[in-house]
Order: sequence, then structure tokens, then C-alpha cells
Amino acid sequence: MSHGTGNIVALRPFPDAARLELDDAQLRANLRRATHTIRDKRLRVVGEVDDWEDLRRSGAAIKDDVLARLPELLEQFEESATRAGAVVHWARDAAEACDVVTRLVRETAAREVVKVKSMATQEIGLNEALAAVGIEATETDLAELIVQLAEDTPSHILVPAIHYNRSQIRDIFRSRMPGVAAGLTDDPPALAEAARTHLRAKFLSATVGVSGANFAIADTGTLVVVESEGNGRMCLTLPQTLISVVGIEKILPTFAELEVFLQLLPRSSTGERMNPYTSMWTGVTPGDGPQTTHVVLIDNGRTATLEDEVGRQALRCIRCSACLNVCPVYERVGGHAYGSVYPGPIGAILSPQMTGAGANKTLPYASTLCGACFDACPVRIDIPQVLVHLRQKGPKPAAERAAFRSLSWIMRDRRRYAAALRAARRGSAPLRGFGRLRRLPWPASAWTDSRDVPLPPKQTFREWWTKR
Amino acid sequence: MSDARTEILARVRAARPASAPPVPRDYRRDVPGIDVVEVLVDRLVDYRAGVHRATAASLADVLGGLLASSSTVVVPPGLPAPWIPGPVLRDSSDAPISVAALDEPGVTVVTGAAVAIAVTGTLILDAGPDQGRRVLSLVPDHHVCVVWTDQIAGGVPAALSRLPDPTRPLTLVSGPSATSDIELNRVEGVHGPRRLDVVIATR
Repeated sequence: MSHGTGNIVALRPFPDAARLELDDAQLRANLRRATHTIRDKRLRVVGEVDDWEDLRRSGAAIKDDVLARLPELLEQFEESATRAGAVVHWARDAAEACDVVTRLVRETAAREVVKVKSMATQEIGLNEALAAVGIEATETDLAELIVQLAEDTPSHILVPAIHYNRSQIRDIFRSRMPGVAAGLTDDPPALAEAARTHLRAKFLSATVGVSGANFAIADTGTLVVVESEGNGRMCLTLPQTLISVVGIEKILPTFAELEVFLQLLPRSSTGERMNPYTSMWTGVTPGDGPQTTHVVLIDNGRTATLEDEVGRQALRCIRCSACLNVCPVYERVGGHAYGSVYPGPIGAILSPQMTGAGANKTLPYASTLCGACFDACPVRIDIPQVLVHLRQKGPKPAAERAAFRSLSWIMRDRRRYAAALRAARRGSAPLRGFGRLRRLPWPASAWTDSRDVPLPPKQTFREWWTKR
Repeated sequence: MSDARTEILARVRAARPASAPPVPRDYRRDVPGIDVVEVLVDRLVDYRAGVHRATAASLADVLGGLLASSSTVVVPPGLPAPWIPGPVLRDSSDAPISVAALDEPGVTVVTGAAVAIAVTGTLILDAGPDQGRRVLSLVPDHHVCVVWTDQIAGGVPAALSRLPDPTRPLTLVSGPSATSDIELNRVEGVHGPRRLDVVIATR
């Protein structure tokens, strides 16, 4: 099975990347404030919905049903969209997807494109591919614009500039945004106004828009984009040509299924009852919006993910990012440590499956398995289950295998286990005053790099029970 | 090597699960026991939209008050003429209003809506004759939307099922344009209309 390529391959192992990020106290403070704000908002609006669990169950089941019928639904989508005037293209991996989009933009002779925030185009590295042939792609989502101006990479699926606070954003605008007022303050409305002025000219002159899609409806051929600022509407409405890059798992069988997902997605992602703007379009509407529309359906490791019976539930993901905002690991290390455009708990299961076990092999360990991500997931992806499954599938070092084999021999027999505990207690008696140990000597130092070692208790439960 | 379409479809066929369990549908089709008008008003106010009430008889007066400070009033082709007695710039397929004209300062657009969703405070525009092209409710800085009380559904499922044709261009509007990208502070008026006024009218 062929795997995915592009910006989903971590360049360095998670533990190394995480250690660097952990040194940044400002980053941790920014992340903590942002994730706690958003998760509190989410809890409030989810609490308003009496049938939330029913919606989650339906959402999960609809997505599972889609995965079971994907070939037929993709063909149906292609047929409906084509009938409505769109042109449908297919791409096996990131490079092929970039080639298709680049060719389509070149056919229009445009030198620049305006972009709606889209994970799929981030995933395939479209901006870099367009830049390589001299086409400038402008991100029009405020957070994406901040990240693009800073020549940084996004660190969150929904709020890509979550790692910056207002004064950092002001500094980025002052130094990188052409024509910005020198006296720009760090007041959020002032910053938003600066972005509005900067982008307005681009919206009104752009002839090509590039988007992703949150959903692609098989029975009608409709694409759906969910957003807040109206930059999406600008890109989807004003240009003559619209190119949408869509993962093959974004299909929903019928338009009516949106009744579930338009309830689950906004409340889970931004903690709003509904996002300010949702746009839906079907092919071409004469006299209204782009008169040439393309859809590029991408695989890029999704079918490899579909193959795994346990792991395929990751393809239910609707990119709400609720799992990021509740994850104790994400909250401390931020999105960059994950090395993929998909960070956090969902990224820890999605990226390694899309790229294959070779790349990203440390990501399934980037979790405490606390389960908060599963509780928050609107489509009930059992992320801890998939993490454990991927850890089991991954290669194990020989020393670890030997250690666990001996441990298993000891634990199979109660007398052996009790004897081992007594021995451990005797061995550790001189260390008792410390409570816990920070470091063990090599080779166990590999384990204590990121963990403390608890000392055995003075008494086991069984011993305590016998005495009573 | 086969083409991308053939190969992807073959991969999906080989990798897909044998079957999926049936989809449970235990969620609510509608939200019982709420006053849809009051809930819609509450949600719109929460989004910091302006909310106004009218009857069929008072609609022109209410709109007149909202449009008093506008230099130009733009309306879609099918907006009923009696709603706005003064001069309007009427969009049409023969002579579409340019984006530059819509972008002028002081332009207000007045539209109807197809359906509204009470619990989410959402207006759905489906490019019907009284709503027009998507660009009309996008580029001007001020959008006034007239919603009849019989167009308000309680929840999302009830509202979507009322749409006559989902393949029309659809725009769901929940409050004015807003961003939360700077320390998650909600800031209104990024790219869409900075001001949204909703007139809830009784027929």
C-alpha cells in the first residue's frame, strides 16, 4: 500500500522536538491560556445540547458507513459534481496533488492565488510548490496570515497562530506586513483591521481561489466550507476560478447528513453554537461565483490508514481540534513538536498511519493515554485505543523485549511476584528517604529521561490485609 | 502504471471494511418547547447583531430607520419594491452590480432569507430572488436581513430539511464576520459585513 508524503513527515523524533519546545516558557503560557479558554467555551455550548451523545454516535456511525462504501460514494460524488459543472481530478500523493493544482493555476495564467485555510493544502505543501513555479499564494485566514508573514508553520489545526500572543502578532505585522501603520497597537480589533485592509485589495483582484472542503456531498456534488472571518466567502465567491483540494475521506453520502455535522463541528472546534459563515456550492452557478470550479480528490496515505482495522477510525476525523485543546501533552509542547501539520492526539495517530510506520514512529508515544481526547471527540475516535495499537505494532528494542519477557515470567506466578517485591524492597531500602528517584544509571537512564521512578511501598496490599 | 483515479479506487476497494453497522438516528429532529422567535433573538444579540421587530405593515418604516445613514442601498432582483420606498440600486443578471461599487463606503444591502435556525442564531441564504448573488451579502459593510417568523426553524435538522434545493449556492450566516485568532478574543468585522441587522417580521 502506498503511503502519504508532504508535510506529515516529522523531521525529528517527537521526544527531541518536545524537549526544545518545553524550554519556551512564553509558548507554554500562551498555549495554556488559549487551550483553557477554548475548552471551557466548548464545555459550555456542548452542555446546551441535550442529545449530544446521540449526535456523537450518529456522527461516528455515518463516517464508518462512508468508509465502508467509499468507492461507490467517491464515484457518485464525481458524477454529481461533474454534472453540476465542476471538473474532478484525482491525486495519489502530495507531489501529484501539487502538480495537478499547479497545472490548473498555470492554465489561468494567474501569478497569484488567494487561499482559504485548508489542512489538505498544508498537508501537500501547496504554497511551496506554487512558489517554486513563481506563483504567490496568499493565506487569507488571519491566523494563517500571521504564520505566513512570520515564515513559521501552523501549530494548531484550528487556530494555527495559537502560540503567539497579541504583542508578538503586532511585532510580526509591523515588521512584515507591507504598508502597515508604524503606530499599530496590539489591540485585537486594530490587528484585525490591519489584516482586513491588507487583504481587501487581494480579494478584489484575485482571479484564482484555492480552498479545501470540510465536507463533500456524494448525492449532490456539493462542497462545504465552514469558517468565521468571511475570508473564505471572499475566496469562494470573487475569483473566476476555484480549485478545491479535498481528502477522499471528506465524503458524506447525502446533504441531509450535514444536520449532524453542522451541530458537532462548530461546538467542538471554536466552542460556538455555529460558526459565523458556512458556504456550500455545487459545481458552477451561472452569474454567481466562480465560473470554473475544480475538485482535486487526494489519497496521500488515507487508503493506507483505511487498511488498518483498528486505526481506520482516525479517518472519521472532521478536524475540529477539540482533542488538542484538552491534551496535557499538547498543552505543554505545542503543535510544532509533532512535526506534522496534524498535531496533538489526532496527529499522533493520523500522521504515522498516513506515512507508514517508518516515519513518525515516536508519535504514538506522545501521549499520557489519559483519555480526555476520546471524551472530547465529536465522532468518538478512540484515540487512546489507536495509540496503544500503534505502539504494539511498532518495532520494539531488544532490551525492552527481554525486560518485559522476564517481567511476564515473574508476574505469571503469585509466589514469584511476592518474592520479587520483597527483593525490590530490600534493594531499595537505603533510598527510602528520597520518595522517588529522578535518574537511574544507564541503560535504564533512557527510561528516566522523562520519568521519575517511584520506590516500592513499605508494605504490599496483601501484607497489610493479612495483618488486619 | 494506471491513472490516479483507477489506482485510488482500487486501493480503496482493497482496504475498506467489509461492512459498517447501521447508523443510529436517536438525535432530535427539532427542538421542542421553545419559542423560536425569542431564542433566535437571544442568539443574534449574543453574536452582537442588531435585532429589530416589524410587522408586514411596519416593515418599510423599520427598514427606513436602518437605512437612514446609508449612502447607497443595494437590493437583489426579487426584493419586494414596497419594502424600500426610496431609491435603490437593484442587482440583476443583465446588469450585475460591480464588486467595486459594492465595496464603496456607505453601501447597505437588504436581503431576505430562505430559512433561519433559532438555537444557533443562523440565517440561511440560498440565492433565491429576494437574496440574490452571494457577493451582495459579502462585500458591502452593512447587511440588513429580513426574516419572517414563519421562516424560523428550531434546530439544524428542521432548518436544513426546509431548503427547497441544496444545490443552489448556500450561505449560512451566524452573526457578523468575526475572528478569534488573537488570543481567542472575538473581534467582529474582519472581511464580511462589519454590521449585521436582522429584522424579524410577522406576516
